[in-house]
Amino acid sequence: MLSALNLISQNLNAYLVLSGILFSIGAFGFLARRNAISMLMSIELMLNAVNLAFIAFGAFLYSSNARHAAEASVIALIVMAAAAAEATVGLAIVIAIYRNRKTPLVDEYDAMRQ
Amino acid sequence: MADTIPLLGFGWNDLLFLVFAAIMVVTALAVVLQRDIIRAGGAMIICFAALAGLYVIAGSPVIAAAQVLVYIGAISVLVLFAIMLTQVKSAPRALVFQTQAVPAAVATVVLALLIGVTVVATDWPKQVATQVAAAKDMAVTLFNDYTLPFEVVSVLLLAAVVGGVFLAKRERAEAE
Repeated sequence: MLSALNLISQNLNAYLVLSGILFSIGAFGFLARRNAISMLMSIELMLNAVNLAFIAFGAFLYSSNARHAAEASVIALIVMAAAAAEATVGLAIVIAIYRNRKTPLVDEYDAMRQ
Repeated sequence: MADTIPLLGFGWNDLLFLVFAAIMVVTALAVVLQRDIIRAGGAMIICFAALAGLYVIAGSPVIAAAQVLVYIGAISVLVLFAIMLTQVKSAPRALVFQTQAVPAAVATVVLALLIGVTVVATDWPKQVATQVAAAKDMAVTLFNDYTLPFEVVSVLLLAAVVGGVFLAKRERAEAE
């Protein structure tokens, strides 16, 4: 059974399955948690899963050209910047709503102003 | 040091991959299942660190460094501050999950199985050994082929900073 794990770090499928698992965990958190900040954390998990898939594709496919491996890294870098922007604005919105409604739970956000 | 681990018979990279993958999955589950949100934030930091390790194994040390800087250094701190600003003691801790948590769990397990089956069933084009993404190649690619996304992202980050400050600042003018 252990021989199945041989060279697992050189296997594209292993990275992609791992990325899928991480994405699903993030999706579950986004659907199931009531706290707005927990939902944002779940979104970060999903973005990280996508980054892992990008890095795996860059490392294992089209390796005839060194620039292509770098291309995946560049895309991952841009995703990270977008994630940082999303976290900034998302958390600022949560804090702004918290000031109005005095709760971080999304199912009590039934109106934007009162 | 030997190329392979003496007793198990597979390489150090594989052992590291398994360890990082296990840490990542367990801490990611802790992020979504942990009732105490501060602990969920701590688990998220460990999850990001394990991912950085996976990036190194996959041959992207620059992305691993960026992961540590951006996610562990910036986003985690931001999330922890937001948790501290919005934590309410009176909130009922038993009601962490929405009522649709069980259907959501079923749906996401199906999603994970679907992704796994698709990945395994697909014939990927030629796979060769891990290729290291050198920083020089990244720089050349970023500033030749990806100049427009780079500039757009810089504008996006500026807009996010301005928007974040505007949204989070207290409205003094109305209070007076």
